[in-house]
Amino acid sequence: MSLHDHAHVEPGYEEHTHHGNYVRIWAILVVLLMVSVAGPFFGHPVVTLVTAFGIAFVKAYLVAKNFMHVNVAPRYVAYLVGTMLMFMLLFFAGAAPDVMKSAGSNWVKPAWVAAHEEAVAHPAAAAHGAGAHHE
Amino acid sequence: MSASPIATTRTAAGMPTGRLAVWWVIASEIVIFGGLLGSYIMFRLSHDAFGEHAAHTNMWIGAVNTLVLLTSSLFAVLGHKAADAGDGRKAAKFLYLTAAGGLLFASIKFGYEWPAEIHHGFTISSNTFWSFYYTAAGIHAAHVIGGVIIMLIIAPRAKRNLDLHRVELIGLYWHFVDVVWIFLFPLLYIAK
Repeated sequence: MSLHDHAHVEPGYEEHTHHGNYVRIWAILVVLLMVSVAGPFFGHPVVTLVTAFGIAFVKAYLVAKNFMHVNVAPRYVAYLVGTMLMFMLLFFAGAAPDVMKSAGSNWVKPAWVAAHEEAVAHPAAAAHGAGAHHE
Repeated sequence: MSASPIATTRTAAGMPTGRLAVWWVIASEIVIFGGLLGSYIMFRLSHDAFGEHAAHTNMWIGAVNTLVLLTSSLFAVLGHKAADAGDGRKAAKFLYLTAAGGLLFASIKFGYEWPAEIHHGFTISSNTFWSFYYTAAGIHAAHVIGGVIIMLIIAPRAKRNLDLHRVELIGLYWHFVDVVWIFLFPLLYIAK
């Protein structure tokens, strides 16, 4: 008996997904989670970066491939998701200079520059109130 | 020959309309969460203070919630497998387990994590980091709750072997919610 033996099933679901060993994938994901949690305890920024974000990409890949079955989805799905990711990158590239730089060609952020100079002059006071109003 | 409604026929994209619709939802969500996370990364990279504020988030709670979501994703895909085999009762059982995972996630967040942070004076208006924190985690939690509600609607019909294809569709959505959390976890809880 399969899904398509039933009357109330939407047409078009003729193909069955190949189901792998999901518990094994879940176990790998849990091990990766433990590694990402352990990363910061090494006290090295590069190790933390790799164990946190490197592993996040691996985990996302494993979920997308094995649980969402994107590898067997029609090419349309890859185009759709890829386009949206491109939009994300475009947004980042377009907005990042405004957010991350204090000055550019024919523009400057006087408040940011003043706050930076203040932080250099009085580091203790700057650290105490850091982030409260830094835009 | 009886005519099916347009919404139940296979699309030119090579997949059933229901699955196509869920992928479009996911594509839209990528823009929503992508914009939010992209903005956070810009601020995080250019403001060291973000790291100092992130030091106040509870990594262990974040890790437990990650484990809860990963496990609920496992239940969701096992439900899909059961639905493919035509076992509606088993598919419904896994849907209920997935929903329970979502409820546990929300309970930990709203019942313990956020009250503790607010008690320590970290509110959405404290500074830009906490604004991002509550906005990103809040929008994500809203998606979790939405997914739980949909699963609780689908499960009773699945149990009677009706509309079993919907088990796969809600599973797709749920895995995406899981993927979003996979990126939120290091950003908000680990990178300090």
